[in-house]
Amino acid sequence: MILRLAGVSKRFGAVVVADKIDLDVARGEALGIIGANGAGKSSLFNLITGVVTPDAGTVSLGGRDVTKVSLRNRCVAGIGRSFQIPRPFESLTVFENLLVASEYGREHGHRGANELCGSILERTGLAAQANTLAGKLTLLNRKRLEMARALATQPDIVLLDEIAGGLTEAECHELVAFIRQLNQEGVTIVWIEHVVHALLSVVSRLVVLEFGRKIADGEPHAVMNDPEVRRSYLGIDDEVAA
Amino acid sequence: MDYLNTIVQGVLLGGLYALYAAGLSLIFGVMRLINLAHGDLIVLAAFVLLAMVSALGLPLPVALLILLPFAFALGWGLQRFLLNRTLGDDILLPLLVTFGLQILIQNGLLVAFSADSRKLSLGALETQSVNLLGLSVGLVPLITFAVAVVVLGALSYIFYGTGLGRRLRATSDSTEVVQLMGVNPRVIFAIAMGISFVVLTIAAFFMGVRSNFDPSVGPARLLYAFEAVVIGGLGSLWGTLAGGIILGVAQAIGARINPEWQILAGHLVFLVFIIVRPRGLFPKQ
Repeated sequence: MILRLAGVSKRFGAVVVADKIDLDVARGEALGIIGANGAGKSSLFNLITGVVTPDAGTVSLGGRDVTKVSLRNRCVAGIGRSFQIPRPFESLTVFENLLVASEYGREHGHRGANELCGSILERTGLAAQANTLAGKLTLLNRKRLEMARALATQPDIVLLDEIAGGLTEAECHELVAFIRQLNQEGVTIVWIEHVVHALLSVVSRLVVLEFGRKIADGEPHAVMNDPEVRRSYLGIDDEVAA
Repeated sequence: MDYLNTIVQGVLLGGLYALYAAGLSLIFGVMRLINLAHGDLIVLAAFVLLAMVSALGLPLPVALLILLPFAFALGWGLQRFLLNRTLGDDILLPLLVTFGLQILIQNGLLVAFSADSRKLSLGALETQSVNLLGLSVGLVPLITFAVAVVVLGALSYIFYGTGLGRRLRATSDSTEVVQLMGVNPRVIFAIAMGISFVVLTIAAFFMGVRSNFDPSVGPARLLYAFEAVVIGGLGSLWGTLAGGIILGVAQAIGARINPEWQILAGHLVFLVFIIVRPRGLFPKQ
């Protein structure tokens, strides 16, 4: 397993964002996570990356317990992450954003940082904006930059948080092809997404969260047909419909 | 011609104020920390230079060159082992700690050097002048201004032309996100403080050569530095030079009208900026 969460719980006052979550992610897997707003999806990423410390449970990466490891060292250990609300370094250009990530991510002072960043910009459709200040990007390009910057750290596992929202159908198709290719290259993907058709065309496993609890975990189409998931996520009550 | 002379003297004085302000501006720009001990650290560095010259018999410029790497190390250590522990959501804590440091330095200097007024000497260079625009301009003020421009140019290069600068700017944008890129902000902050100490040591050299100093003059240097930073725009490096020049010219004109108005004129201009343009001339976006 590249990532293992065992009994991870977190609450902020009365709000439970993670309730005894157990989750195993195999190396090379593409895992999707869905859930209504407030289900605890982004909080789960915060727990995995170390932005938030769990009240209980452990987070392991490649068999090593990283529950008390700093954000920085989790990045160095191989976790890359994009944010749902983009958080680029606004006073840096797009290219500089990637350079910071590539130089310090996995290998300090990476000699081929320029080439690596150039290639990621090409693949994420940001090459034309390389010298634009990140603070001046459109929302769509900010989302692209989030993903590009996460990839520039050369992660073993990349956590993508709602990157398809707001894309046109053609752009979404491109994104899906890109993520699928990344996964085929050996990068483990954990993807939170509301654009379910995009998600389902990439992932081989789907997890559903509700109020910080994992209510389903399995083959995507089976999960989508699960009555509890249909009730919780799609608002369809099969018993009433019958 | 008298007023032209006054303005030129004011501009050159602004170079010294820019040197006072550059380190303060750098630290505020990178970690939003206002170092209340900045002025006293300048005075401390001037006393250390004085001690090196009188105890070791070193020429003053040689003493400065020897002191610079130690100044970097001291700044690095102060940030790494003390000030980093104060940074967080509560902005009061670093203010209180640097205020305490200020008192510690002032009293330490009083014990070690007494309250007597001192001066650093550059020998005959201090009395030499050059002809500029038909005016006789002191060589030391001219060198001070030139060094201020070089220091700000070097800082600007570090900030915008190097990998370290990228990490300084990225850390300034978000200390949390930069960690997700593998950067340790505590190390970056320590390097920034080390650089700030190098700059304030250079400022101490010129302060000591151009004027008398004693353990109590630190807060006034802090005030000039703070005013130059605010007038120039918080966190803007070249803004500090503009702020220093405006402050220097205001003081020179004030002194020209009435010698007692020199300091007051600078403060009045600062107050006008606070009212009319509170974010300064070149605010960081």
